[in-house]
Amino acid sequence: MAEDFHAVTARRAKCRETMIGQGTQSTNQRRHNYVQENVRVGFFTDPTVCIGCKACEVACKEWNEVPDDGFTWIGNSYDNTGRLGASTWRHVLFLEQDCQKGNQITGLMGLSDAQSEDPFRWIFLSDVCKHCEEAGCLEACPTGSIVRTEVGSVFVQNDVCNGCGYCIVSCPFGVIDRRPQPLPDAGGAFKCTFCYDRQKSGLVPACAKVCPTESIVFGRLDDLRARASQRVEQLKQSGYEDAQLYDPQETSVRGIHAFFLILGEPQAYGLPPKPQVPTIYLKSAWTSALLTSIAALIAVLGAFLFFG
Amino acid sequence: MTTEQRLQELREQAWDKGIVAGRGVDVTGGPILGRSGYYGQPIVKPPVWTWEIPIYFFIGGFAGMSAVIAFAGLVFHEIDLARTAMWLATIGAGLSPVLLTIDLGRPRLFLNMLRVFKYKSPMSVGAWIVFAFGACVIPGVIAFELHAQHIFGGGIDQFLKIFAHLLVVGSAFWGVLLATYTGVLLGVTTIPAWFLHRVLLPIHFGTAGLGSAAALLELLGHRIASLSALGFLAAATETALWIWLEIDKHGAADRALHMGLPSWLIRGGEFLSGPLALILRLTNLVPLAAIAFLLGAFISRFGWIEAGKVCGRDPEAVFASQR
Repeated sequence: MAEDFHAVTARRAKCRETMIGQGTQSTNQRRHNYVQENVRVGFFTDPTVCIGCKACEVACKEWNEVPDDGFTWIGNSYDNTGRLGASTWRHVLFLEQDCQKGNQITGLMGLSDAQSEDPFRWIFLSDVCKHCEEAGCLEACPTGSIVRTEVGSVFVQNDVCNGCGYCIVSCPFGVIDRRPQPLPDAGGAFKCTFCYDRQKSGLVPACAKVCPTESIVFGRLDDLRARASQRVEQLKQSGYEDAQLYDPQETSVRGIHAFFLILGEPQAYGLPPKPQVPTIYLKSAWTSALLTSIAALIAVLGAFLFFG
Repeated sequence: MTTEQRLQELREQAWDKGIVAGRGVDVTGGPILGRSGYYGQPIVKPPVWTWEIPIYFFIGGFAGMSAVIAFAGLVFHEIDLARTAMWLATIGAGLSPVLLTIDLGRPRLFLNMLRVFKYKSPMSVGAWIVFAFGACVIPGVIAFELHAQHIFGGGIDQFLKIFAHLLVVGSAFWGVLLATYTGVLLGVTTIPAWFLHRVLLPIHFGTAGLGSAAALLELLGHRIASLSALGFLAAATETALWIWLEIDKHGAADRALHMGLPSWLIRGGEFLSGPLALILRLTNLVPLAAIAFLLGAFISRFGWIEAGKVCGRDPEAVFASQR
């Protein structure tokens, strides 16, 4: 009996290692010292292996003790979460598109004429705060509540935030939001913390840790970017011709720490095609304000000089 | 009464348009239609600001520009006018922080704004402008009154005079920034209807502030030619800005400014403080012109905030602005 038990346990452990990506060797399961070593880290999210289980959403809610944000039925495919917000830091998107996924065979396979069947694909992607290289929310925050961490992520210090709401209109991705009454800690701005608390202790962010297919990969940003490019090549060779990376490095956002592989256009995923940090508008807006100020001073003094 | 013909019509409508509209069967907003982006979800987040912010824009606008008029009154020895103008500035200096604080998610942490100064954040710069304006206006008006009423004599009075004059200069400096920075605040965001008009907004808010200050002073009995001239200038500028806004269209990106409720608030506001105020001034109906201008300046601030909310919820506006 005892031997059987050990054999079963060993087989299960073996099974777990082979099934789940690189198993215990994966960066999703290994302990690390990234915070202590100031290593820039990131998330690479790959929808082609996502199974839409929403374990990331659940893990995020449980670990971070994020309150519920209503139990409304939206019915956008299997998505009832809707969008990222103050109490939704991970959000699994469910896309239904009228096009072929890779070189899948469309049709009802023998039940009808395959040629006449419309192609259809179902895509799942776990969305999250992008942790921008040049972060709109961080630049806009007037209290210094939003800071950059050692690993390059963007972190909101909840006890400092006074809920002015300016980060909300400064995020090019519409991620951060103010938590409404009567939820716990209402009034403050919230978003993904990149599990900074876990990372400081050498643990992997909760969402990546639980992802059963390594659709969410946590690791060094450089490694992830290399891995992502490889994956795009691999997919293209397998017939996924519209596979591309979503990592806007050429706009003023200058790249994101949580980047995505997408099939098709970013718009369908609710991702802006050319996100810009609003600080690029500072120069023209302030120039206008200062010239208006000077003009107003001259106008008032002039009015009193000539009509006084 | 539903007839077979009606059912046939419904079937044709469904076939042609992919949607059946009408009482009880309106499925607009359903997930079936191909909507822009991800099921029509917003790409950026609309502002969470409520009524306090447009009222603050209005009050901060006239208070800031009143301080400029007070400064000019001092330079050109219109002491009575300068006093009234300083009191208008005081109302703004007192109410602005209150309105801003009420709008916060956590009002008790208001002072956290003064923990840091971030020149890249118009909200941070603005908080310091409001603070500096109040710090000049409130002691300024006290010193000014003490001097004007001759409470103290001799050296103290002389000191109060210099102190008051310096603070009026400071009030004018911070006041003109207070009236215009609000345009920068809206312009430096990810909301297309705002950032596409980031040059127009400070001019509009500054002009509305200046015209409102002149109008309020006229209504308070200072019917002098210089204020009338400022009223003309502000109304003419608002007319020109309205024309600019109607010409400078960006398609879907700023359609919130050209259709629906916010567009009518902005148009109504611009009509009142632009052409209408101008005509009323030309026909010498100064009090009516002043009231029209104030109403217009008030309504248009609400229009701009509302436009930001409508635009922020519209995924196509964001896509159009990034094409």
